[in-house]
Amino acid sequence: MITLSHYLVLGAILFALSVVGIFLNRKNLVIILMAIELLLLAVNMNFIAFSYYLDDLAGQVFVFFILTVAAAEAAIGLAILIVLFRNRRSINVQDLDQLSG
Amino acid sequence: MTNQDILVVLPEIVIALMACFILVLDLYLPATKKKKFGYGLSLVTLMVGAGLSIVYSEPAPVYGLNGLVLMDSLSAILKVGICISTGFVLVYSRGYADARGLWKGEFFALALFGVVGMMVMTASNHLLSLYVGLELLALCLYTMVALRIDSTAASEAAMKYFVLGALASGILLYGMSLLYGLTGTLYINELSASIVRHDGSTLPRTMALILVLVGLLFKIGAVPFHMWVPDVYEGSPTSSTVYLATAPKLAGFAIILRLLADGLGSLATEWQGMLLVVSIISLALGNIIAIAQSNIKRMLAYSAIAHVGFFLLGILTGEVSGYASAMAYILIYAVVTLGAFGVILALSSKGVEADLIEDYSGLNQSHPWAAFIMLLLMFSLAGIPPTIGFYAKLSVLQAVVNAGMTWVAVVAVVLSVIGAFYYLRIVKVMYFDDLATSHPGLQFRPKQDARILLTINGLAVVVLMPWIGKLTTLCEGAIEVLF
Amino acid sequence: MLANYLPVLLFLIVASGLGVVLLVAGKLLSPHRPNEQKLSPYECGFEAFEDNRMKFDVRYYLVAILFIIFDLEIAFLFPWAVALDDIGIFGFLAMMIFLLVLVAGFIYEWMKGALEWE
Repeated sequence: MITLSHYLVLGAILFALSVVGIFLNRKNLVIILMAIELLLLAVNMNFIAFSYYLDDLAGQVFVFFILTVAAAEAAIGLAILIVLFRNRRSINVQDLDQLSG
Repeated sequence: MTNQDILVVLPEIVIALMACFILVLDLYLPATKKKKFGYGLSLVTLMVGAGLSIVYSEPAPVYGLNGLVLMDSLSAILKVGICISTGFVLVYSRGYADARGLWKGEFFALALFGVVGMMVMTASNHLLSLYVGLELLALCLYTMVALRIDSTAASEAAMKYFVLGALASGILLYGMSLLYGLTGTLYINELSASIVRHDGSTLPRTMALILVLVGLLFKIGAVPFHMWVPDVYEGSPTSSTVYLATAPKLAGFAIILRLLADGLGSLATEWQGMLLVVSIISLALGNIIAIAQSNIKRMLAYSAIAHVGFFLLGILTGEVSGYASAMAYILIYAVVTLGAFGVILALSSKGVEADLIEDYSGLNQSHPWAAFIMLLLMFSLAGIPPTIGFYAKLSVLQAVVNAGMTWVAVVAVVLSVIGAFYYLRIVKVMYFDDLATSHPGLQFRPKQDARILLTINGLAVVVLMPWIGKLTTLCEGAIEVLF
Repeated sequence: MLANYLPVLLFLIVASGLGVVLLVAGKLLSPHRPNEQKLSPYECGFEAFEDNRMKFDVRYYLVAILFIIFDLEIAFLFPWAVALDDIGIFGFLAMMIFLLVLVAGFIYEWMKGALEWE
């Protein structure tokens, strides 16, 4: 029997994995973009689980909006990535050191 | 569906459609007319948006679109503030952006879409509309930072801003999902009542509160979630910095008030303690690190962190007078910051960024008027009487003392005195240092409209002083109806 | 007062710890016995013709970015179509305005030449 808490634990694990992925990753910016997508999917998991459990459609409507916003966000992230690559010839996280202080 | 539904979001609809129109128009107009039409139409749109926000404003909350959005004096005042400050941004950045090839349809469209996002944020009564508004603003800001595609610093700043901003949105959303699970509602005005009804462990609701708070603090750039602020301020073109330094702060105030004070008002004792720590370390870190900066944009970024800490002091009192003083503070801050960046933009010319503090040495000898305006604005940011910045700080401190937290007020005053040092350093460099000879001097050649507005903006920080009490009355009236 | 936050702290420690442990465990515990057969790319029984990590044309990414935006907006059309009887003329007009805004974006990308492959 799968209960609400199973979904919530899954959501929490995905959330933690993606936050760790964002902070530990020092090599590739594309992986950071993927971690951000995973973060939003973890939230979606929570919303769907609560929506089913509360028998309330609002949570699922929220998920639609998160999905579309995530797509727009991914598009803008990739666009910034391409601009960055054209300027620096690298998408290594450690190379992002021009601004500091 | 009634007319009322339309009226509540009429300014947003008008601005969003005009932004689409400007974007498409830009493709079809001949190159010579593009800039003029886009600029003129954007300013007219912003004026219409501000006008509609006033004309259809209601003192008590009126809900629209099934309660997704509401209209009250708070949102009306902030919407007008957002439209006007964005108008100032467009006027100030014209010369700068034109010289760098950024003055094009995309700039106007992004600025207007960002305004729509901010207006939705100020008017939101539902977690969904709040999130959509927040993301609309954030996506526009990421793009505006990256607008200068040949600049390495700008694209790097945009990438950092994007990653941390998206992380903040994710954390905020996770908190929202927990709130939804705990209360079963997404309406902000219903959250407060149903979250205390929830029995059992307080752990989930504390988790939800912390996650929401972290997301919000990330977005407004309070310590310890401030890492992006200095890099983004420094790396982005100044025409985008001035935009993201002013109007979004007003919208940030609105969502903090709506979500914390209104939506999670029943948990006030829990978030007050957290905000207290955050605002004091923001004040300390912002003011102290700003002293060591040599880049004026970076210095203003740390100053922004310190000011965010100060306005959070008003929020954490948890009283109407405190919220009102925080609102007056953030409005005054927006006016003064607009002017400061306006001077930087007016002093920049083709190939000259005017962003190093040493560039300003001896400015009084070459351009006394620009130096004088900058002096007034720096005095106001430091909170020296008789400027409106002094009044803003005073009213927040008064609210803090009235709430019985005298030691907090003392700490805030001490840290602000430390902060006054770096603003006065700019004044000292401008008035008492010798004219810089090692590099080409700054040129003060703003366009005519920017020159007039800049003069008004600079003098306003002193001239408005006799009437500034009205602003507090206005803010108090707007917030009283909410509680 | 601060003691109330102990469970939160514990959650954060456990959550981030779990993330690290899962990543590290994958690295350490999974068997590493590479051989030539395993490392070679699978290509229908032939010898590999070329390196399997081929570079994509950047234009592919551009089209993919544009596609994903328009693709996901369709998600709003399905619930709208199902509920059209209930939401009436207002719902219909609202979706038409939404599509109008989408068309504005489409005109923009077309005129900017983002859809030209060459």
